[in-house]
Amino acid sequence: MGETIIEKIIRHNTGKAVKPGDIVTVNVDRVMIHDIFIPFVADKFEEMGFTKLHDPDKVVLIYDHLVPASQQDDTRHFRTGDAFAEKYGLTHVHRSDGICHQLMTEAGYVKPGDIAFGTDSHTTTYGCVGAFSSGIGYTEMASILGTGTMWIKVPETIKVVIDGELPENVMSKDIILRLIGDLRADGATYRALEFAGSTIENMTVASRMTMANMAIEAGAKCALFTPDEKTAEYCEIELNDYQKSLVGDPDATYMRTITYKAEDFVPVMACPSQVDKIRNVSELEGTEIDQVFIGSCTNGRLEDLQAAAEVLEGKKVADFVKLIVTPASRKIYKQAADMGILKTLSEAGAIITHPGCGLCCGRTGGILSDGERVVATNNRNFLGRMGTSKVEIYLASPRTAASCAVAGKIVSPE
Amino acid sequence: MDKFTGRVWVLGDDIDTDIIIPTEYLALKTIDDMKQYGFSPLRPELAGQIQKGDIIVAGKNFGCGSSREQAPEIIKAMGVQCVIAKSFARIFFRNSINNGLLLIEQPDLYDDMKEGDEVTVVMNEHVDYNGKEYPIASLPENLMSIIQAGGLVKAMRKLNGLD
Repeated sequence: MGETIIEKIIRHNTGKAVKPGDIVTVNVDRVMIHDIFIPFVADKFEEMGFTKLHDPDKVVLIYDHLVPASQQDDTRHFRTGDAFAEKYGLTHVHRSDGICHQLMTEAGYVKPGDIAFGTDSHTTTYGCVGAFSSGIGYTEMASILGTGTMWIKVPETIKVVIDGELPENVMSKDIILRLIGDLRADGATYRALEFAGSTIENMTVASRMTMANMAIEAGAKCALFTPDEKTAEYCEIELNDYQKSLVGDPDATYMRTITYKAEDFVPVMACPSQVDKIRNVSELEGTEIDQVFIGSCTNGRLEDLQAAAEVLEGKKVADFVKLIVTPASRKIYKQAADMGILKTLSEAGAIITHPGCGLCCGRTGGILSDGERVVATNNRNFLGRMGTSKVEIYLASPRTAASCAVAGKIVSPE
Repeated sequence: MDKFTGRVWVLGDDIDTDIIIPTEYLALKTIDDMKQYGFSPLRPELAGQIQKGDIIVAGKNFGCGSSREQAPEIIKAMGVQCVIAKSFARIFFRNSINNGLLLIEQPDLYDDMKEGDEVTVVMNEHVDYNGKEYPIASLPENLMSIIQAGGLVKAMRKLNGLD
């Protein structure tokens, strides 16, 4: 009997073949805690009576939502985190290196075939390298810190097959938005999403990351991409036999298979205020905007900034539009600087910020007010996410967002 | 806990975490302060009507929305013995087990259920209602031990020899 990718990962971890619906206990390879939840995790950990971490090497603590502090109480989270790290011998602490979901694969903490959990719903991102990763609550994180294990229900898998060549103005963001629109916001609840097809094979790891990041917006437990040569290069490893085996078997059981032709995709947006309210950009043209945000763990990578720079080269951002660009990590920031991308963006009128969660989680760096409209490359357009509840958020690809910044209104990317 | 009976409150599909406990009450100090507002956007009177030992029966995707752990905590604080639904949202399912709230998936009971009637749950086997048996899956021992301990914090305290 064939297996899906998630079934192979769980079998490898537990040593037993599994089927959807089984509840099993897995050994966790890596966990991530970010600054917002570290005080809660620390409290629960001690309330549970643990006196040491099961394995300090498996724990990564990242300050990103609150860096640099924008409110007076924020630094308490850093002090609590630092004290916890000191007390329990935690050495993987990133205090200003970038967004957690970018760093977990970029810094090599998560490898193909690993099982990882994080105190954030967008932990699904690490599926871009073929890892099973998912978000959990802080109580559960505290117990993993103490035991090194976690119970999971083996999910059914929805397979998404995309073949062909994407139109030039379409990015992987447009694909995942379309898929969420087709599945709806609860369409993949409990389920694993598994991606395959020639379009996926030709895609960069960074583009796969954008799609894995947003799998949660359809309710998915995880999103999985088969590790290949691109993955190996990105992770700076040679794939072992187990990692090479992480492909869905032809005779595996899928609850559903969805097939797309790459040529059929067009630039799209998620309209206020549901991530599954998808429209073609061409239907929205002319809508005036106040701000554009290019960044986040969804679309703040080098290729995203590069796509924006291509659009903005030699042009100017519309007078009344604020274009805010936030690289996802310090490494990306430096690469973009070295390649002249930041110079191009800056000359076009962009405001370039420090790497971090900043505006995406609505805490700092461009909060909006009633009646204002923003085109943004992040992952959620929920009510009140980037300011007041009367702000309209349109989610789009970096290419579309940059085009809108020049026009001062919604336009289709070139 | 092998077998128990309770009076049923029937709720619909997609009961989200904002219905279970609206965001505006999340900053209240204790779960006891919050529980009077449970389900208030949908049925403001319900929190005052639910008695200890009652059971909630609902449709699909119960607990969808945010990861707030207060949602299962207030249902448990109201005295609800278990929630029987067609399906549960993923993070809510985990948070419920971890906070000691029993959840049971059953695809057909909701369609037949009349509010105010009683059902009997025979753990790991079936739910009995109106002379009919509705089969349910068994919960593995590790999950039952978390629920029986009263939640994950207590289960871990027990593991660490504290309680």
